[in-house]
Amino acid sequence: MTSMKRRIFLKGSLATGAVGMAVSTGLLAPRMSLAAWSKAAFEAKDVNSAVSALYGAGSMTDSDKIKIKAPDIAENGAVVPVSVTTSLDGASSISIIADKNATPLTAEFTLGPTTEGYVSTRIKMGKTANVIAVVKAGDKLYSAKKEVKVTIGGCGG
Amino acid sequence: MASIKMRAKVSDGVTTIKALISHPMDTGLLKDKKTGKTIPAHFIQEVVCQHKGTTVMTATWGAAVSKNPYLSFKFKGAAAGDTVSLSWVDNKGEKDSADATIK
Repeated sequence: MTSMKRRIFLKGSLATGAVGMAVSTGLLAPRMSLAAWSKAAFEAKDVNSAVSALYGAGSMTDSDKIKIKAPDIAENGAVVPVSVTTSLDGASSISIIADKNATPLTAEFTLGPTTEGYVSTRIKMGKTANVIAVVKAGDKLYSAKKEVKVTIGGCGG
Repeated sequence: MASIKMRAKVSDGVTTIKALISHPMDTGLLKDKKTGKTIPAHFIQEVVCQHKGTTVMTATWGAAVSKNPYLSFKFKGAAAGDTVSLSWVDNKGEKDSADATIK
């Protein structure tokens, strides 16, 4: 029942277009201090809408100060170890996105003021895709990506 | 429930946290091979790590984080002997937390 409601909601917000999207994400993504789970971001079907639902702004700058450590070839897509390290000053949030997953956003980490720009976790990948790391530093978004070849997908099927 | 295994180690003023959580992390897409029914989504949505009342890390996760999730990160300002706590909440409202002493 709840999933049906979500589908209807998503369709509705897509139909109302960019303005509706901006309004709904503004309501649904109280990003700043309380990191509430952002349904719009985690259920977004493509990278740009996930990023804009999460951070409110969709433009990202490529940065060489973000390093993604992930295997070139992942034999098992259900467990892909990914580490993101950034030397950007004032990094407050790191997101890990697998761009070919049905819902690309996999995880978002909000960093405290004393937290280093480093996170490591394991994600599922449906198929060969770019792993994109998005870092929020100050008011700006930076990103880097790395292709991971997946031989056996890890998202059902 | 003891679903969390956590280690915290300080070196040159930087504390490294490594945590393993036992959790199925079901995506809601997979079908049970025996019954043919879809296994409902069941995954951790939020992980919070605190040190002396300050939140050093809030992670929000989708269903695409692997089963039995692993998490590692680093922060400054803690000393050996301090306690760090980690807690998680999933989409069904289940939760758990654990403490670890920094070594």
